[in-house]
Order: sequence, then structure tokens, then C-alpha cells
Amino acid sequence: MNRLTGIRRFAGVLVGGALLLLSTGVISETAVTKGSKAAGLDSCVAPTAVMRRNHMDFLKHDRNMTVRKGIRDTQYSLAECVGCHAEKDNAGAYKPVNAEGQFCSSCHSYVAVNLSCFQCHRKTPEVKSGSGTAMKSDGPFQPESLGLLQSPDQPVLLNRDELARLHATVKGD
Amino acid sequence: MSCNSDQPDMNRREFLGKSVLAATATVVAPGVMLTVANASEEGASSAVRWGMLIDTNKCADGCTACVDACNKENGIDLMQRPAGQADEMWNAQRPQWVRKVKLRDKQTGEISNLPMMCQHCEHPPCVDVCPTGASFKRADGIVMVDRHTCIGCRYCMMACPYKARSFIHQDVAEQLTGTPRGKGCVESCNLCVGRIDAGNSTTACQDACNKDGHQAILFGDLKNPESAIAKALKAESSHQIRADLELNTGVRYTNI
Repeated sequence: MNRLTGIRRFAGVLVGGALLLLSTGVISETAVTKGSKAAGLDSCVAPTAVMRRNHMDFLKHDRNMTVRKGIRDTQYSLAECVGCHAEKDNAGAYKPVNAEGQFCSSCHSYVAVNLSCFQCHRKTPEVKSGSGTAMKSDGPFQPESLGLLQSPDQPVLLNRDELARLHATVKGD
Repeated sequence: MSCNSDQPDMNRREFLGKSVLAATATVVAPGVMLTVANASEEGASSAVRWGMLIDTNKCADGCTACVDACNKENGIDLMQRPAGQADEMWNAQRPQWVRKVKLRDKQTGEISNLPMMCQHCEHPPCVDVCPTGASFKRADGIVMVDRHTCIGCRYCMMACPYKARSFIHQDVAEQLTGTPRGKGCVESCNLCVGRIDAGNSTTACQDACNKDGHQAILFGDLKNPESAIAKALKAESSHQIRADLELNTGVRYTNI
């Protein structure tokens, strides 16, 4: 009898442990998909916790600014969500962000919140269109545009004085 | 705008982990971010009013360059005909922001062509009748639909004297980033608002018309006396279509 309860208790602990592992896996693991641009960045346009809690308010606020007032350089924009969080498949094509297992839908299906943005909005970043000039384009990557960041073929050499002066300029004193 | 107050304070967790000073900084930061650092606050300005002048003499019979360019610019050509829908139904229901209209004078037989789109009225009837405020006029005179609040009642379509608006009857699989589109909303010409906001000074239809060598469409700021369109309006007589309605349209026509 004692032995049986022991086994049952042990099984209970095992099951509980497995459930705990599963749940922490879902909660703590980041939803950012591996093949997306966002995976290479430290954080979103605001700290992750803030974005998780408030992204819907941010988007709602800035959509009104953009549609009604024509302000297009808002800090939060759905187009940038899609641009950063869309993952590429093996063929190099973007997967829709609301497809099963992708960034938007993974959380939204977990918390059972309907995601209606993409009934109207584009689900993948635009791959170089001829005429669509509405959105900001990043343009080709220019190493020179990064200023003093070192490039492998042309290292930037500064002596101590130059560095101090540069710091003074950057800090504004 | 503020964050929902019924939500738990996210910074409380950081407060427990960090010092009081760090927590205070993070409490202040979101508020500052929302009110100050969000955007440039440079949007549509009432110092300009966008409009168009169309020379119907230069508009060529049979040319559809402006319509095609509009369809491409605004992703209308991405729409697929629903399976099994008849030609007649599809042609009647597919969105059309600009259409070519051909007029014939019954007496003289004179034929004139003109592109017809949203006339961007100063007193738009579509805005008057909209029950939700979705149909609105921007500060710079562009009349457009906020699809977030459009309920698809189509009252504006009935109110518009120019038949300028379209209703999306079907689910849309693919859109352009700059032109969201979905079933159940009304839409119409917005004078390529994305281009204008990006600092461009031409619309897609104007570019296409110029490219084909017709130069029938002139787009610009009606309020700026130095603009090409203001000078052209001053130099020759132009007409509003249905001027009797006193809507003060932003799109004007010459030689009709």
C-alpha cells in the first residue's frame, strides 16, 4: 500500500514537473522567430516588456496619427512590425507574420486574442516594388554611413587626443 | 494617450529587482516617450490644398495610362476575381479609383475624354453623411476613408455625385504596405497620399500621363500662388463638374 502511494506520488511529481517545463517553455521563451530581422536585434523600438504589454495601444495611437494627420515617422508602425518580424522560409520568401507559429500568431493564439490587423494590412515585407513609394526604404547598405564604425578593410585609427575630442563633440561639451 | 490603468504596472517587476532610483527612471520614461519623442508632429498642413487640373483636350481617346498606373500604385491589380464570378459582376464590383469617361455632344457629335476620380471637395457630401466619422478630409484637403472606423454602410457611395467610391466585396489576399485593403470597407482616390507624405510632388496618374506624352494632368498646391497649377488656373478658364452643388472641388477640368 505504502509502496503504491510512493509510486503514485513519484508519478505525480513527474507529471507536475513535465507540465511546469511545458508552461515555462511557452511563457519564457521569446516569440521572436529565428529567421527574422528582429532575431538579430537587442530589443524592439521599446523594451520588450513594454512592447508585450502595450503594443496594441501604441499601434492604435499611431495609426490615427498616420491616417488622420499624415504623420508617417511615428515611433510605432505596423509596417515596421512586419518588416522586422517576418521570417524567411528556405526558398528565401517571407512567411506571413500571422501564419501559424509565426511571431504575431504564436502569442495571439496562445492568449486566444483575435488578430484582425491582417485582414487589411500586408502580412509580409514588400520586396522591392517599382512604384510603391509610400513607405520609407532602407536602401542598399553603406558601410560609410556608419561613420566611425570600423570596417574590416579600412580600420579607423585615432590617437588618444582625437578620441577625447570626438567624445567631447558627441557629448556636446 | 495613456496605458490602460486596469493593467498591472510593468515597472513594478523591475522595481522589485532594482534600486528605487532605477525604478523611478523607468516609471517616468514611458510617459515622456509617449508625449514627446513619438513623432515629428509634421503632418498634413492646412497651409496647402492639394488639387488637380485636367486638360480634357490633351486626354487621348482609348488611352488608359492613368487608370493602369493607379491600379498598380494602389495595389488594385493585386485583387483576384472570386472563383466563379461573372465578368459583368466583377467589372461592376472591382474597385476603381480613377475611370475614363467619354462624353459626346448630342448636337455637334464632339467627343471629349476625361479621367474621373474623387474630386476632393472642400465640402464633401461623403463626409457629411458618414455615420462613424470614417470618411474625413485631411488638413491639406485630401478626402479619404479611415478604414479602421469604416463600417461599410456605403452611405458615402450614395452621397457622392461623382461615383468616385468603391466598396470591397471580397476577402483580399494580398495588399501593398502603403495601401491596406480588406472586405467591407469603402475606398477612393486619395491623391496618392503616401507619395505626398513622403515629399513627392506628383501622383501616379500624372506621371503615367506625362510618360505617354499627353500631359493632361497637373497636380499641385492650389493655395500656393507660385505653383504651376495655381498659375494655370489663373491663366485659363476651368470648370468644376457639378458646380451647381457648390462643393468647391479640388479637381478642375479645362476644355469641357
